[in-house]
Amino acid sequence: MAVRHFHHALKIRTETCFGCTHCLKVCPTEAIRIRNGKAVLNENRCVDCGECFKACPVQAIYIDQDDFERIHGFEYRIALLPSIFLGQFSRKYNREQIYDAIKAVGFTHICEVEQSTGILQQQINRYAAENPDKKPLISSFCPAIIRLIQVRFPSLANNIMLLKPPLDITALYCRKKLTDEGVNPARIGVFYITPCAAKIAAIKSPVGEDYSMITGVINMDFLFNRVYRHIKNNLSKDVTGNDDKVLNADAIRWSLTHGESDHFEGRSFAVDEIHNVIDFLEKVENEEIKNVDFLELRACDESCAGGALTTANRFLIVERLRSTKNEEISSRESKSKTIEDYREYLEHRIKIQEIKPRSIMKLDDNMETAMLKMDQVKEIMKLLPGNDCGICGAPTCHAFASDIVQSEADIRQCIFIQKCRENTGELTLFESLRLMKEIWGKEKF
Amino acid sequence: MQFEYFINGGDFSKAGQASSQFKKVLQQLNVAPHTIKRIVVALYEAEVNIVAHAFKGKISIELQPDLVSMLLTDEGPGIPDIEKAMEVGYSTASPKVREMGFGAGMGLSNIKNNADLLEITSIVGKGTTLKISVNLSKQE
Ligand SMILES: Nc1ncnc2c1ncn2[C@@H]1O[C@H](COP(=O)(O)OP(=O)(O)OP(=O)(O)O)[C@@H](O)[C@H]1O
Ligand code: SF4
Ligand SMILES: [Mg+2]
Repeated sequence: MAVRHFHHALKIRTETCFGCTHCLKVCPTEAIRIRNGKAVLNENRCVDCGECFKACPVQAIYIDQDDFERIHGFEYRIALLPSIFLGQFSRKYNREQIYDAIKAVGFTHICEVEQSTGILQQQINRYAAENPDKKPLISSFCPAIIRLIQVRFPSLANNIMLLKPPLDITALYCRKKLTDEGVNPARIGVFYITPCAAKIAAIKSPVGEDYSMITGVINMDFLFNRVYRHIKNNLSKDVTGNDDKVLNADAIRWSLTHGESDHFEGRSFAVDEIHNVIDFLEKVENEEIKNVDFLELRACDESCAGGALTTANRFLIVERLRSTKNEEISSRESKSKTIEDYREYLEHRIKIQEIKPRSIMKLDDNMETAMLKMDQVKEIMKLLPGNDCGICGAPTCHAFASDIVQSEADIRQCIFIQKCRENTGELTLFESLRLMKEIWGKEKF
Repeated sequence: MQFEYFINGGDFSKAGQASSQFKKVLQQLNVAPHTIKRIVVALYEAEVNIVAHAFKGKISIELQPDLVSMLLTDEGPGIPDIEKAMEVGYSTASPKVREMGFGAGMGLSNIKNNADLLEITSIVGKGTTLKISVNLSKQE
């Protein structure tokens, strides 16, 4: 029955997971259950927001990245680098130093992701003017938010702006530029340095795109460790002066909260942290909040500065990026083309396909069957304690009741029901112990 | 299926709760997103009107596979001139209510625009009854 909808970068290391239920409780889409003493992820519900990753006390949840050595399969090894990476370092280290080190650990080129935001910003305003029926327009920036809307706010799916996020525009640009310079496309490897699981999922199974321009993904914490070690060990070396540095201060802040909304001509809101976003979208969906033109929504607290794979404290990252001044970009113009030279090329390719909702809330495709199931859920809820204890392996009594109706759980997994039935003799102690072992694993008993 | 919600006049912090709860029901029943939106927007406006203009009220909803009928009855001042109340921009909301972001005089016309049927009956000094229906098209 469970159709697999997409790739997830979040994985559970079953040998480490001990079924502590921290992740169960924080998941905003109730995608996790405990079975056999381990957390299990429902792939249709997961939106890759990374909340479980952040909540896990023993790092049993990890974010699956590509093998770093893969970059060496390419002669042109491009690090597609979001500005958030710079925020990982203390202000002692400047951009040239960091970029030199990225090259020293294996990349040949650095391509700053946010260099396309100037082009995108103009397109967003144009798109808004051309699509007044899509008010409020929702940014396509954060992939976890797009998936959240698909599964939890289906009626708002049509409000997502169908424009590529900066990452995809820039990937397109750096490939095109190199091929124009005569490089064989097969020799170009574009590797995105990701701050989160959501971006990986979006690259591996794009929504609204047929394929991705990105060859592979390297987790930001992994690259940070390599780069930082290199800088530490090579402090005395001269910096070469780096011509990959093209971002201005506005572009650097794009992935921070208000980074997009500040450029929007009209009434806009910037909401970060997934539970805040859910609260806000509930009200937008009911039209309790109306007359809004644009919504910048980000799954992480402090937006990408709070991404699951960042290493520095998110508030320090924000401080560092906000304090970046417009720096001179001197030597560039004469030497090679900039993204501005590709504006038209990119604008022609900036649209993405329609984003279809795929609700996880429906009890059944058929409404009459769904009504029956809903009645059953209601009846079951009357029997359950309503304290959302999680002992049944589901996050809430309501989620458990739905699982029962969908034949994915047994009401006797509820410890309260067990006690009642043991008392009346309907359930033997042996049987109830067996049921508990199924949820929590044999070792715990 | 039947649903009932009770509304207290004047409690703006809870205005919209009934509509939100009913929205969850519709989502579980796989009603088309576009239709859910119409139902919820109409219900929300009617719910807020009870909070803003009446003392207390009750929402009774009858849900059938092809039709949602919502009956909102309240005890309150009633509406003396229903035709006038339906006009866009007409509002008797107090300055206090306006401060909370309500009182643009858009509610009733918004209900009408989203519903397939709207009937208002009112007795001044006693209360108001709204009957709102929305047809449920077969699943898209
Ligand atoms: N349940 C009710 N009881 C008494 N009067 C009502 C009720 N519903 C509406 N009215 C009257 O009808 C008027 C118009 O209602 P409508 O919902 O269109 O606008 P509003 O509530 O004043 O403002 P808005 O809905 O835009 O916040 C109200 O100002 C009020 O005088
Ligand atoms: S806010 Fe940024 S880091 Fe967090 S999930 Fe969205 S895109 Fe990823
Ligand atoms: Mg009103």
